[in-house]
Amino acid sequence: MESASIPVRPSRSRADVAREVISKYGLIAILLVLPVAYGIQDLQDDGSLTRLATNIKDGLSNGAIWALIAVGYTLVYGIIELINFAHGDLFMIGSFVAYSLIGTIGLTVGAGTAELFFGLLLILFITMIATGTLNTMIERVAYRPLRNAPKLAPLITAVGFSFILQNIGLLWLGGSHRGVPDLINTQEDYVTIFGVPITHGDLLALVVTVPLFFFLINFISRSRIGRAMRATAQDPQAARLMGINVDTTISFTFLLGGLMAGAAGLIYALYQTDVWFFSGFTAGLIAFTAAVMGGIGNIKGAILGGLIIGCIQQISDNRIGTEWTPAIVFGYLVLILVFRPQGLLGEETREAG
Amino acid sequence: MSTETPRMATKPRGLKLPRKVGPFELSTIVAAVAILVAIFVPFYFDSGSGFMNDATVALVYVVMALGLNIVVGFAGLLDLGYVAFFAIGAYTMGWLGSTWFSGESIHIGVAEQLSSQPGIHLNWLIVLPIAAIAAATLGAILGFPTLRLRGDYIAIVTLAFGEIVGRVAVNSDDGVFGIGHFNLTNGRAGITPVDKIDIPLVERFTTLNLRPWYWTALALALVVLFINFRLRDSRIGRAWIAIREDEVAAVSMGIPTVRVKLLAYALGAAMGGMAGTFLGSFYNTVNADQFEFSFSIFVLAMIILGGLGSIWGVVVGALLLSYINTNLIPDVLNDVPSKIGLDFDVTELGFGIFGFLLVIMMVLRPQGLIPERRHQAEFDVAEPTEGGDFVVETRA
Repeated sequence: MESASIPVRPSRSRADVAREVISKYGLIAILLVLPVAYGIQDLQDDGSLTRLATNIKDGLSNGAIWALIAVGYTLVYGIIELINFAHGDLFMIGSFVAYSLIGTIGLTVGAGTAELFFGLLLILFITMIATGTLNTMIERVAYRPLRNAPKLAPLITAVGFSFILQNIGLLWLGGSHRGVPDLINTQEDYVTIFGVPITHGDLLALVVTVPLFFFLINFISRSRIGRAMRATAQDPQAARLMGINVDTTISFTFLLGGLMAGAAGLIYALYQTDVWFFSGFTAGLIAFTAAVMGGIGNIKGAILGGLIIGCIQQISDNRIGTEWTPAIVFGYLVLILVFRPQGLLGEETREAG
Repeated sequence: MSTETPRMATKPRGLKLPRKVGPFELSTIVAAVAILVAIFVPFYFDSGSGFMNDATVALVYVVMALGLNIVVGFAGLLDLGYVAFFAIGAYTMGWLGSTWFSGESIHIGVAEQLSSQPGIHLNWLIVLPIAAIAAATLGAILGFPTLRLRGDYIAIVTLAFGEIVGRVAVNSDDGVFGIGHFNLTNGRAGITPVDKIDIPLVERFTTLNLRPWYWTALALALVVLFINFRLRDSRIGRAWIAIREDEVAAVSMGIPTVRVKLLAYALGAAMGGMAGTFLGSFYNTVNADQFEFSFSIFVLAMIILGGLGSIWGVVVGALLLSYINTNLIPDVLNDVPSKIGLDFDVTELGFGIFGFLLVIMMVLRPQGLIPERRHQAEFDVAEPTEGGDFVVETRA
């Protein structure tokens, strides 16, 4: 429990200046390495950038899922400065709920458009509510009792809950991958723009995430409880003095994060047509990387980070090999934390600065 | 944390004095008895029995837990990638003590049967320091990027690092990062067989007689235990604890945080590496599946269960958790679901149970089973006030 940090500004040496430049532009340069390198290679090989553009398009769709999860990390970190390790697994539970609901409601591949639309909308709502409630409950059980404890404590319970959720998933659907019926013909082309095919899956990601992000950003900036959240994030004690119920506000933050994770779970299940109990771990780490890249605590940053990570992941999947993707993404995470812990849009926080 | 609970309100009880029996502290006597029992216990069990196997592995876990305790318990740097050092140690053993590099022919201090085999064969006693140095170097390299970071960011960097090492282990059977085609680790199939530990003047180690393995592990554990005690009571140990308690204050007292932190990472990693060489040889295989994230959590759960920073607590936690892992869950608890009419395999849920244990321990008894005295004093003082006074870090 250290006291408030005192900003120390030592006299700037040449090394400091160099570091500042690296910190400012280094991340952008590192991010551009992969696309530029493969863009040049594409131009040399077949004279057009179609393959790279397709990669990026796929990356953006995937990135929408990471962005939805990353928002959950960033919201929670913004308000109680805790990395909610269990969040990735919450997303996995979301994908499981969606998978089960598809079976329960009885949606099959041949269903009509209207049936499909309302069915999926219903599933989306139920999944979101389920994960949102679950996240709030986890906060109540595992994090709220530890508000006074050393900082390590809630982090450890978060790791514990991550394992608990994983094992719930394992008990629920077993250890093997489960195929989800391809309800929306994910891979089928909808339109082709400049030789880049836009598939049904991409459309789904777009249609679900854009309204959600629009709602979320407006909600946080305009609504009463959104204001309460921002106030609590800034100074919990002052917020309390202003009559804000801090505990409720924090619960609500977890609810919002859980809602987004549920939506991500549904899109993932439909887009990848595959659910697995262990998918949450990697997804969580990737999404966390996205949140850090954008600047943790910053919602727009998390969305941006998610999209960028999606592209990096897709390029690496397509060019280097799927098995190396996690290592590359985590490599990026380490590089970002070393050179620019505050991320692309974030301000310097005490923890990271 | 800028907002502080009003600590002065409750009367600090301070550090309790240790209980004494005659001229010795009670804990010293208990420890001496426990060590004596540990030395003579193999004579009461069949030399190839399952118990001997479990006990040997448990002792190696003690070594790992003590290593992690330096980083997490003493220096307060949450390291979630500890499995990386286990991996480095095990692969060092695999590379330097097997027929893996069959193009080479290097034999140092190994028995006659091995001298005719291709590959690099070094005696375990030589591999041990090499692995310790390799792991320590890696630990320092890992520590470097975390120096500017604090708190949970360290956890994430170490976790990412552990995952990268794990991925490299799994995928490096055909070039590293897709470059070249060199088979470095043989992925999930692993490097096998690995040379047995061979200690001069002692009968040869076999898989049938586990007693020498057990005593070697015990010796390793005792040495590491001794090092841990000496470190804790040294200048460096005090510096670690100072950093853990308040980094800003520690810096202003003139503690060189960079050096001290890197030393914590390096020493903790070295112990993980040493344990890795032993397990590589004992399991007779080094394969990528051994190095998953969940293992890091397994070791972390040991030190949390025992009590962060408390050396004896960590030993007890490691023994207890390996007992739960190898005996309680597969043998005792496995009947429970069928008795209450459910159908699932409890062994699959091992890590769910550890996760549950972590949550329960943190919520109900965060100081652990055998708390460190200083930690205990802190918890006595900082009782949560009525109505759950709010302490959340605020942004500066």
